[in-house]
Amino acid sequence: MLEIKNLTATTAQEGKRQVALILKGVNLNLQKGEIQIVMGSNGSGKSTLAKVLAGHPAYNMIHGTVRFREEKLIRCLPETRARLGLFLGFQYPMEVGGVSNQDFLRLAYHSRYKKKDEVLNTSLRFANRILNYVKILDMNSSFLPRPLNQGFSGGEKKKNEILQMAITGCELAILDEIDSGLDVDALKTLSKTILIYQLDSLFKTYFLQTTKSLILITHYQRLLEYIRPDRIQVMKEGKIVCSGKYNLGVVVDRKGYDWLSGTGLGSSLIEDLNKMKLNLLKTK
Amino acid sequence: MTTFLDHKQIDLVRQGCRFTERCVKPLRDNTYKYGFATVIESDEIKSGLDLETLKLISEKKNESGFIIEFRERSFKKWQSLKDPAWAELKYPPIDYQAIKYYSSPKQQPKLNSMDEVDPELRDTFEKLGIPLNEQKRLSNVAVDAVFDSVSIFTTFKRELLKLGIIFCSISEAIEKYPQLVKKYLGSVVPITDNYFVALNSAVFTDGSFAYIPKNLQSPIELSTYFRINNEQSGQFERTLIIAEPGSSISYLEGCTAPKYDSNQLHAAVVELVSHEGANIRYSTVQNWYAGDKKGKGGVYNFVTKRGLCLGKESKISWTQVETGSAVTWKYPSCLLMGDSSQGEFYSVALTTNYQQADTGTKMIHIGKNTKSRILSKGISGGHSKNTYRGLIQFGRKAAQAVSYSQCDSLLLAHQSEAKTFPYINVRNSTARVEHEASISRIGEEQIFYFHQRGIPEEDAIKLIVNGFCQEVFRKLPMEFALEAEKLLDLKVEKSIT
Repeated sequence: MLEIKNLTATTAQEGKRQVALILKGVNLNLQKGEIQIVMGSNGSGKSTLAKVLAGHPAYNMIHGTVRFREEKLIRCLPETRARLGLFLGFQYPMEVGGVSNQDFLRLAYHSRYKKKDEVLNTSLRFANRILNYVKILDMNSSFLPRPLNQGFSGGEKKKNEILQMAITGCELAILDEIDSGLDVDALKTLSKTILIYQLDSLFKTYFLQTTKSLILITHYQRLLEYIRPDRIQVMKEGKIVCSGKYNLGVVVDRKGYDWLSGTGLGSSLIEDLNKMKLNLLKTK
Repeated sequence: MTTFLDHKQIDLVRQGCRFTERCVKPLRDNTYKYGFATVIESDEIKSGLDLETLKLISEKKNESGFIIEFRERSFKKWQSLKDPAWAELKYPPIDYQAIKYYSSPKQQPKLNSMDEVDPELRDTFEKLGIPLNEQKRLSNVAVDAVFDSVSIFTTFKRELLKLGIIFCSISEAIEKYPQLVKKYLGSVVPITDNYFVALNSAVFTDGSFAYIPKNLQSPIELSTYFRINNEQSGQFERTLIIAEPGSSISYLEGCTAPKYDSNQLHAAVVELVSHEGANIRYSTVQNWYAGDKKGKGGVYNFVTKRGLCLGKESKISWTQVETGSAVTWKYPSCLLMGDSSQGEFYSVALTTNYQQADTGTKMIHIGKNTKSRILSKGISGGHSKNTYRGLIQFGRKAAQAVSYSQCDSLLLAHQSEAKTFPYINVRNSTARVEHEASISRIGEEQIFYFHQRGIPEEDAIKLIVNGFCQEVFRKLPMEFALEAEKLLDLKVEKSIT
């Protein structure tokens, strides 16, 4: 389904600014229906990986190959990648004034399937499809006529991304920190929706294809409790340094990323610092 | 099994229909579809402008004393004035001697039924989407069709007259209702106002006239469709609308012209008078030929529009959608004389390629408790220049007057320009004025968001631009809002591809 070999990417040249090497040879394999988690410390290149795969103009792919559904991604425009079934859930979804949420949904749906299906668009089935997911996501349907993401809270924006994913349909969804800024309940609802969508248990009539693949980029182990991944990849300095099963996530969460490189002290450092702080307070 | 739909479902389906109408069946015709010229034998005065020309125009129109005198006075004033140079517009000097000041299709101007209209003309208007004959005419809009220098036909004239509403060409009004015309012509926009007003007052050939009697609401929309056909002729039309106390009217004008490599001059004057408690809503959808991609050709549009809120609690509302013309110079204004009178100005100005627009409004608060509201949306693409220029003035007696203006500009390309010049002049300390302005550009990140959802750039920009203008479109009469949206889509599409 997705095969990334030695992917190397830099920031695009803009004026006199120096280009920076961000991805330094990423290798990743993803089968159909698989869920993989990409973890890593801040600035390790996780979000860049997601953007490069989606074709963001601010990055240049300089080396390596990416194959998605037998197509070479590097040759495709961002909109073509989207039509192939690649969905990126943004970490910071854009606010667009004046464009209503539902018009955007409809336009995205149309563009995805290219055929401008008038019947479906005006049909009750499409309306129900939207309303069903709105319900599962525990959103208020008053979001639909409102301007896209404008004035939405952090959690609402994330839910809106998942709504778009579910309505437009995709083969592979890359969700960039979909869990950040969510409270426990919202995270549960979101995870539930992702699973419902992934297993395609709801609208079999529309998507007779098999299950969807997912790449989740996250910092927290909590998401792993709700969505069991098939594999966990850990990124560091633009490379995937470690990969493993679910247990890896638990270990990483406890010991910190530094543990991987063997140099850091991990969580023990934090414990030491806390002890020092207590001692200081005592002496005062 | 019976299923009941809840309002959410119905709402979504309804929105879907609207969306299909707007985005799924877009106009595939990518060119200016009004660019054709009608071949028709015409009755013209040779080009050139002097007192003799005025006399010839008056002769052609069988005009009486006061109009002849009005024209002469204006012409003398014009000779003493200079072309205004303060606007942010660049265009070569206009040769006023090369313009033909009268051009009309050869036919008898007084027509009683549509059958007498030259079929060629009927076809022209039908192609423009304005069928004039009785079976096909638009059922909820009365149309006055103006072709070059003359009004060809006015629909629903008789039906409206039965109610007491006069809606006809200004030439006919001068002939039939000279007292009304004499009283109001030049009363809102004096001939000395500016260069183009003086020119128009000297050589105006036709236009529309509407009079709404006391306490009457016009049951249908009134509208005028202006068409320039002759390559060398200018169009100098004059519109006068009078709303008696307690009456209300909604008026709409539309404009198109053929594609020519040369530039045509259009200098119009519009005067509105709103008496006590009367309400005039004036909407414009301007789509003159804008010139080609390199800026060749197009109409020079120099228009003076002004409304007088004479009585207490009177109201005038201007809505304009300006998409055409090579050069636009236009400031629809309100003189708020009556206490508690209200003036509104809603504008969308889109410029692409090498178009230039310097447009805005003037709100002159004279009476107590007067209110004005300005909402201007400027969009510039290509190498175009788009300027908002507005004056808000509070006189000494304008106690408790309130004005709120908002001017937003959207840039579509790196080379496009947007400027805002708000002039504010307050002479009463109890008056309140607010001004907000913003300039934004459609950012790379925004476009990427749309791209990632599979939406091509063109559709994304259309959706953003239309969203940007929604507030103004909502002020247009229902039937025309959708037309305006489609027109904007078409223009944006053209500027990108």
